[in-house]
Amino acid sequence: MSINKPTVRSDVDAELQRAVLPAVDVFEDDSGITLLADMPGVPKDQLELKVQADTLSIEGRVVSPTPEGLEAVYAEVRIPRYRRTFTLSRELDASKVDASLKDGVLTLRIPKQAHAQPRRIEVQAG
Amino acid sequence: MYESLLNHPNNLFGQFERLRRELDDAFSVSGLPSSIRSVAAGGLPAINVGRTPNSVEVYAFAPGLDPSKVDVTIDRGVLRITGERVASLPSERQGVNVYAHERAAGRFTRAVALPDDVDPAHVKASYRDGVLLVSVARREAAQPKRIAVQ
Repeated sequence: MSINKPTVRSDVDAELQRAVLPAVDVFEDDSGITLLADMPGVPKDQLELKVQADTLSIEGRVVSPTPEGLEAVYAEVRIPRYRRTFTLSRELDASKVDASLKDGVLTLRIPKQAHAQPRRIEVQAG
Repeated sequence: MYESLLNHPNNLFGQFERLRRELDDAFSVSGLPSSIRSVAAGGLPAINVGRTPNSVEVYAFAPGLDPSKVDVTIDRGVLRITGERVASLPSERQGVNVYAHERAAGRFTRAVALPDDVDPAHVKASYRDGVLLVSVARREAAQPKRIAVQ
């Protein structure tokens, strides 16, 4: 019944390159930066976080359970991949990034270097 | 192109970024019909619908929800998914700067018209990795049958 279409290599590669930007929230407090990214459908083992020099990149592949014989009727999510890249600034400590993924929301905590955290300077009475 | 983590969303580059995203969204789906009940891009949640010979599968991409607070109903052939996402940004506190606020929060409703041959008595819903999957069985009469030739 089904016709096996020959797989065109370049098409597969092109599809691998396409990705959507995940929506993010970014906020900063005294001790670091918190980043939340919506990546629904991405399991832990398909998530890739990379820090290279001062670049942080987030990439995840959507895996959804597909029953046998499933044919798409309507799709708003057409590209099953999320990718986004950020430039970190120098006062952030990229070696101590803390990441967790829960219910499709990635939470990253990037602490500031110890010397970049605000300190209160005591004024000595003279 | 790298976007700085410290770019303010409302500055000039933030506006360009938004434009780029809108163009991306517009062209990646060009020419394909959208549902009459679809929501604006970036809204919550995006929906995919698939069909197998014995079920209709609705995938709602709704990250960060409490599954106990999601309401799934079927009424006269329309599947309705209602829920709420709590905003995760810290409330106006001293010393917290917000640089990007793109993730939608608040109450949402999405509705999908189901085909006539579904059986509303046999519905399963599960929530995994931020995707709500609602699987509605199709009536036996609608399923393909092999007829033996005597």
